[in-house]
Amino acid sequence: MVKPATHPAADRRSRLAVIDCDIHNALPSETALLPYLPARWRRQYELFGLRGRQGAYYPRMVPHAARTDAWPPSGQPPGSDLEFLRGQLLDQYGIDYGILNPLIGVGGQLNLEYSAALARAVNDWQVAEWLEKEPRLRAAIVVPYEDGALGAAEVRRAGEHPGFVQVLVLSRTCEPLGRRKYWPLYEAAVERGLPIGIHFGGTGAGPITGCGWPSYYIEDHVGVAQAMQAQVVSLVCEGVFEVFPSLRVVLIEGGFAWFPALMWRLDAAWRRLKEEVPHLTRAPSEYLRTHFWLTTQPMEEPHRPRHFLDILAQVGVERLMFATDYPHWDFDDPETAFPVPLPEAVRQKILAENARALYRLP
Amino acid sequence: MVQPGLIDCDLHVTPASVEVLFPYLAPHWQEYIRESAFKGPVDFAYPKNAPLTVQPALRSQPGAVPGTTLAQVRQQALDPWGTTYAILQCDYPIQTVHNPDLAAALARAVNDWLIEEWLAKDPRLRAALVVPIQVVELAVREVERVGDHPGFVQVYLPARSEAPYGHRRYWPLYEAAVRHRLAIGIHYGGAPGHPPTPTGWPSYFLEEYVAMALVAQSQLLSLVSEGVFDRFPELKVVVLECGWSWLPAFLWRFDKDWKGLRREVPWVRQPPSAYIRAHCRFSLQPPDVPSEPRGLAQVLDHLETDDLLLFATDYPHWHFDQPAAALPAGLPAALRPKILWENAWRWYQFTGRFAPAGGEGPW
Repeated sequence: MVKPATHPAADRRSRLAVIDCDIHNALPSETALLPYLPARWRRQYELFGLRGRQGAYYPRMVPHAARTDAWPPSGQPPGSDLEFLRGQLLDQYGIDYGILNPLIGVGGQLNLEYSAALARAVNDWQVAEWLEKEPRLRAAIVVPYEDGALGAAEVRRAGEHPGFVQVLVLSRTCEPLGRRKYWPLYEAAVERGLPIGIHFGGTGAGPITGCGWPSYYIEDHVGVAQAMQAQVVSLVCEGVFEVFPSLRVVLIEGGFAWFPALMWRLDAAWRRLKEEVPHLTRAPSEYLRTHFWLTTQPMEEPHRPRHFLDILAQVGVERLMFATDYPHWDFDDPETAFPVPLPEAVRQKILAENARALYRLP
Repeated sequence: MVQPGLIDCDLHVTPASVEVLFPYLAPHWQEYIRESAFKGPVDFAYPKNAPLTVQPALRSQPGAVPGTTLAQVRQQALDPWGTTYAILQCDYPIQTVHNPDLAAALARAVNDWLIEEWLAKDPRLRAALVVPIQVVELAVREVERVGDHPGFVQVYLPARSEAPYGHRRYWPLYEAAVRHRLAIGIHYGGAPGHPPTPTGWPSYFLEEYVAMALVAQSQLLSLVSEGVFDRFPELKVVVLECGWSWLPAFLWRFDKDWKGLRREVPWVRQPPSAYIRAHCRFSLQPPDVPSEPRGLAQVLDHLETDDLLLFATDYPHWHFDQPAAALPAGLPAALRPKILWENAWRWYQFTGRFAPAGGEGPW
């Protein structure tokens, strides 16, 4: 939906503060990353391109999965033009801070060293083209997440720059994210005081559901909620929060209405099966309530608006952080995204203050 | 109005060993079993001694493993409840056998065993027939063979499958099920060979158990998105032992996405929630509800209908200690008869296999 242009300053005074926890910055062209790659990996890219796990292609309903009005006049792809993004997103909505989560597909490459080189390049590009140019932007560190040591090294390297505020992994990984192979990532993240952001996407080592490969994009898109839940279950049951008590995890673009029912199911099963997981010192729901944050986009829309209030109370308002998902088609507008009127204090928490606290923004 | 009393939609029975099936297996297969390393399928859904698998009170009783003999099921699962009808679910994992002829032989044997040693001997019993879903053509053949038996009301499918159940490779099975007036039951379990989650193999049984709810969600996504309920308007599906408190959030998400993405699946003419409410039911155990009554009231309110839940003990699995705890604490009194028998009564009427009966349950 295209909003009519208004004067940013006037809008800003009348609006609550907004922190956008999910913006997708894109490469302006296929060759844009090459200057950031050493010769050996430039050649790799030229000859072999990107090579992830094949077999998980579900075409989005629009090119680049983008809003049709998000194509900049420059002709570059949606999300790649900083000037256009400033106007259409940051200025338009008076956004205090935006968190960039680039979905360039480098973190899950089959060739792990290549994945690491690409991740370094993406992070260097983010610094040069985004963080250094726009003070309202922060970014996630892209890492070769399937190799703990290489991933940790990039967290430590890129994490030197204060513009990086989280470590990005995708929701479908080769093993569930609680497994030990990922623990070096968490160690490095905790060292730097960075949360892990788990974002919709990626391809694991098997089908995208526990019952095989679906046929349609809608199943892939709704299915992100199932992948997120599986990751949450893994992180909790593997005792990751016992080993890393200060680790915080952000679930990005996975929805949030499923969070309470998962707590109930996990707790009920744990009460029976706790001898299998003696390393857990608390009920699973307690880990959910203290270590996880969830972004709001795509906003949940219960059939009856009052049910939204029930869900907010069950999830906990402190857990939620607003996101637009700009420039994607299922973009949430901060003015219209909430399905019910909410008290201003609640809206302000979700729109900005929870994120300001989590990401330690001014 | 007839008031049956109590219908238990998920009661587990299983052959104590593969030899129990010998009377129903051809000599070739008996010889194969005796001489080879194969002593029956090995990929069982529940670890034998895990606490969830058998109620503590039953474990301590001497005698057969719960669910293996009729005498014991009567004593442990039917009589104490005043059960009017119980629908037997046999999760003996014949669907994990790669050899298609062996799988078909085992399916035939399990169904004949269910008929001879259970359905013929106790009029309270009904059952789901098992099929070698690995080869749909053979599964259809088994439905044709025994699908008219008055005791079978459902086809048993394990929740984890090679492909999601909406896929058109399975449609001949649904055509046969509808023709034989059988529901389709999607039951906790299955071992198709790929991971039980979208994110790989979890370390703990606890995780796999919890993740079965996610598998059920993927199956519902598939059934609706592939247009199964448009193609088979009479098809009825029961989701067993995968929980149901996740359903409201799932339906809201699915409906919202349908609005934006329905161009790719134009045959899905109604919001997905409408299909699921019309064509699907969910067994009660495990309920996975909050412990405080207000929380339970909210979940039930979010379901937006009282018709979806079907009572089940899920015998012999351990979800409650006393019969009185089988229904969630704080369940409104008006809902009790609906869940205990009326929802299932109405739901299974289409099979024509539930004769009127009198009597009341313990409540």
